[in-house]
Amino acid sequence: MTDYNFAYLDEQTKRMIRRAILKGMAIPGYQVPFASREMPMPYGWGTGGVQVSAAVLTPEDCFKVIDQGADDTTNAVSIRRFFEKTAGVAVTERTAEASVIQTRHRIPEEALREDQIIVYQVPIPEPLRFLEPRETETRKMHSLEEYGLMHVKLYEDIAQHGNIATAYAYPVKVEGRYVMDPSPIPKFDNPKLEMDAIQLFGAGREQRIYALPPHTKVVSLDFEDHPFDPSKADHPCAICGAEDSYLDEVITDDAGGRMFVCSDTDYCRGRVEAAAGAKAEDAA
Amino acid sequence: MSADTLQGGFADAPREAARAFRACLDVMARPGTIAEVSGAVPPAPLSIGAGVILLTLCDPDTPVYLAGRMDSPEIRQWISFHAGAPITETRAEASFAFGTWEALLPLAEFPIGSAEYPDRSTTLVVALDRLEPDMGARISGPGIRDVARLPLPDTEAFQDNHLLYPQGLDFFFTAGARIAALPRSTKVEGV
Repeated sequence: MTDYNFAYLDEQTKRMIRRAILKGMAIPGYQVPFASREMPMPYGWGTGGVQVSAAVLTPEDCFKVIDQGADDTTNAVSIRRFFEKTAGVAVTERTAEASVIQTRHRIPEEALREDQIIVYQVPIPEPLRFLEPRETETRKMHSLEEYGLMHVKLYEDIAQHGNIATAYAYPVKVEGRYVMDPSPIPKFDNPKLEMDAIQLFGAGREQRIYALPPHTKVVSLDFEDHPFDPSKADHPCAICGAEDSYLDEVITDDAGGRMFVCSDTDYCRGRVEAAAGAKAEDAA
Repeated sequence: MSADTLQGGFADAPREAARAFRACLDVMARPGTIAEVSGAVPPAPLSIGAGVILLTLCDPDTPVYLAGRMDSPEIRQWISFHAGAPITETRAEASFAFGTWEALLPLAEFPIGSAEYPDRSTTLVVALDRLEPDMGARISGPGIRDVARLPLPDTEAFQDNHLLYPQGLDFFFTAGARIAALPRSTKVEGV
C-alpha cells in the first residue's frame, strides 16, 4: 500500500516516539511522556502499543500480535492486518518466527530470544494511580522513591484476605529504583519479565512509554513472610496437557461444566503438533 | 549553500530511518554492542554513524549543539537542510550534542533532566577514532548479562554520570559507520 507512509505514522512522529523509547531504555521502568497521536482505533485497543510498534518496525521484520495469548481474537487480527497493510511486513502466529511481538496482557510461554522485541499495550501505566489520582503527586513519589503507599496496599490485601490478592498488573521494582506496572499481565508472567529480549511498553491514552532492556533486574514486590507467588490454575491444559502454561477457564455448558486450556494459542498448537508428529513417527 | 549540502541524506527516509533506529535501539539496550549503520553521508568531520543518528533522531523539535570542529558552515547547512534541527550555541538548551570527547568537555553544562523528568537530558554523540568490540572499560548494568566491554574515552566522567542516576546524560559513540552507546544506567568499572 503506497497511500500511507511506511508503518502509517509520519516521520516526525516516529522520531518523537523513537527518542522517547531511547530515553526509556536509558532509565528502565521510568515513564517517559510522549505526544501520543490519534490512531485509527479506539483508546483501549492498543493505541500505545501500535505507535511503539510503528516506530520500531523495519521492512524486514516478522510481526506477531497476541491478545490474552491468542493470535485469533479481533484485537490481534486487526492490529496484525493494520501493519501488514501499512508496513508491508511479514506476519506470523508462531512466537519463534516473530522478530517483533505486540501483546495485550500476556507474555508468550516460549522464552524470547535476544533478537526479538516485545511491545506491551498498557491501559494505565502508573502503578500508583489507584492509590493517588494526581499525576503531580505520583511524579513526586517516583522522584523521591516514595513507594510506602504501595506496600501499605499490599499489606492491606494480606490483612483483609490473608494473602496478596493482586492477580494481574502486579507491581514490580526495576533495578532497585522505579516501581513499574508491567501492564495487566497475570502475575504468573511476572518472573518472565527478566528476559533476553527488549521490552517496550506503550500507553496511548495516558501518553507514556517505558522500557526494560534485556537482563534488567525486575522484582515483584512482596514481604519476607508473604513471598511473591506466581500462581496458576491447578490443572493441566485440556487440549495439550501442558502443566507449566497459564490457563484460561472456559465455561462449556449451563450446568457448571468447564475446561482449562492454554491461554497461549501458539504454544498449545505447537505442543499438539509435536505430539501428533511423535505419534506418527512411532507408528511408522 | 553548496551543492554538497543537498547530498548525503537518506534516499528512502522511512525505511532507512527505521533500520537505523533499530541499530540505535540495539546498542542503547545492550551497552557494549557495536552496530554498523548506513544511509547518510554527512560533510566531514561528522562521521557516517553520527550522520545516521542525526537524521534518525533530530528534527525541528531538538536543538543540536555542535562542539569544536563539528561547528562548520557546511555541517550547519547540511543539518538545516536534511533534519531542520535548530543549531544552538548554548549547551543548556541542547537535546543532542555532537563532537569529539575533548570538545564536548566539560559535561557539567549539559542538562541532566530533573528529578521528576529525568528524560529531559542531553544525548551526546561522541566521535571516537576507533570502535572495536570486546575492548576497553568493563561495564555492567541493565542490558548486560554479566559484564561487557566498551572502549570509552574516559572512566571517571562516566562513573560520575552514573552516580546521578536516574538523572544523567546518555551517550552514543561513533567511529566511521560504527555506533555504540552508554546509557546513564550503566556502571563503568574501568579497564
